Amino acid sequence: MFSIDFLINALSLGSLYALIALGLVIVYGILKLVNFAYGELIMVGGYALFMLANLPALPWLVMALIAVTIAMLTSYLTERVAFRPVREKSLTAMLITSFAVSTLLQNAALLIVSSRSRAVQFPAIFSGSVRLGNVDIANRNILVIVTSSLLLFALTLLLKRTILGIALRAAADKFQMTRMLGVPANLIISVAFVISGLLAGVVSLFWIGRVGSVTPTIGLSPLLIAFVATVIGGMNSLEGAVVGGYLYGILFSIISLILPQNLLDYREAFMFSIVILILLFKPEGLIRGTYSGERVG
Amino acid sequence: MLAIENILVRYGSITALHDISIKVQTGELVALIGANGAGKTTTLMTVAGNLKPVTGAIQFENTSIAGLSPEQIIRKGIAIVPEGREIFASLTVEENLKLGAYIRRDRSEFKRDLDETVTMFPILGERIHQQGGTLSGGEQQQLAVARALMSHPKLLMMDEPSLGLAPALVDQIFELIVKLHDSGMTILLVEQNVERTLNIVKRAYLLKNGRVEAEGAPEVIRKHVDIESVYLGSKVN
Repeated sequence: MFSIDFLINALSLGSLYALIALGLVIVYGILKLVNFAYGELIMVGGYALFMLANLPALPWLVMALIAVTIAMLTSYLTERVAFRPVREKSLTAMLITSFAVSTLLQNAALLIVSSRSRAVQFPAIFSGSVRLGNVDIANRNILVIVTSSLLLFALTLLLKRTILGIALRAAADKFQMTRMLGVPANLIISVAFVISGLLAGVVSLFWIGRVGSVTPTIGLSPLLIAFVATVIGGMNSLEGAVVGGYLYGILFSIISLILPQNLLDYREAFMFSIVILILLFKPEGLIRGTYSGERVG
Repeated sequence: MLAIENILVRYGSITALHDISIKVQTGELVALIGANGAGKTTTLMTVAGNLKPVTGAIQFENTSIAGLSPEQIIRKGIAIVPEGREIFASLTVEENLKLGAYIRRDRSEFKRDLDETVTMFPILGERIHQQGGTLSGGEQQQLAVARALMSHPKLLMMDEPSLGLAPALVDQIFELIVKLHDSGMTILLVEQNVERTLNIVKRAYLLKNGRVEAEGAPEVIRKHVDIESVYLGSKVN
């Protein structure tokens, strides 16, 4: 039942979902803000790719890099322009601002491009496959797994080996104390948003690679996945987000595989039932967050 | 070195500090004493840049520092060991110390500072790669002090360092404070342990309801302090 290509498929979905979740949690961990405009960063990446296709002289890889950069820039700008002014005021103000940014970006896409979905070109390698023994493995899956592994590895290096990474982790634990040690608050928050944009940008390449086109509302589905993955994995830790993402992707793949044909439309219902079960037993998520209790005494 | 002049600090509509004036000369060990809610932590937090005084001034080495951000305050040379230690539980001891040295540009000096820290706090050396959250209360307190010292401050502010510690560890903390002071550190100490504190300082301020009730030598303070009524508990020996 669990053939090689199923496993790779599940792993590929899990990898993608892990990246999606990570992009959301990296901002949440520090600001305690659920950025509802996060899905729109994926949308922005998609539209960037769509518009860059009008410049046929560019190799696809360059277009992809530019699209990711645009997603990072958009994330950075939303922080500077929309979130920073209200950051001191209240968390609720930031939350509402994120809804506003989300609406703004979706409508911008609507107005600038169209409400109808637009096809996005991908190089042939995305639709090809590789033969392993007597099994066909989709190139796309391999690309997702390799890219996400590299990205996760790079992020881990950043977080564990650089002073910036240490500061980011500290800020997620105790933000004000980090400031009192001289770490500039604005720098940390900007970096978090840029990383979030990077992840969203990479996700957009693969998400739209699977769907083949982009619409203004394409960000909604990944956003929901990010929520669910972080909630089951544990909202307080980056590891939790990654684990949650992999778990979601793999479970979803298993459900898609074992459900009878007539129930296949209800995969999501089955998935969410499992999520409810997980939360009933472990409401704080599967991975215990950044060490939440201090020893007293 | 530090001169807090007539500061008025509010939390929203509540006035926490009415008119506080406190001085710390270079090389002094000065204490702020008072009951919970008297305004001791608020005073430190205002100096540290987490709060802005509505009126009044704060001078540090002849520059005005009132209203500066926390990031700027530490760069002036003021480090704080906050109430509750505020150790980064998910970071290792070494990473906590690395962050303490964040403002020091010369990263090469970190190695030397780390060695000095381990000499002064051997237990931190043993636990150097352990997560901060796994340390005991006393060890975390040492880490909080060591972390503050990493920035080579001119003024060290300590907020209730003996809070929540077992009696033997309280001894250690007070010994540490005296040792730091003897080595030349200027210290502003906020403490609940009135007797112990008055035994190690030459000058103290008694705060009550956001005002300086008394200031001066320990005997002056002792006259003003009625420990039973202030702390609603038995007298601390």
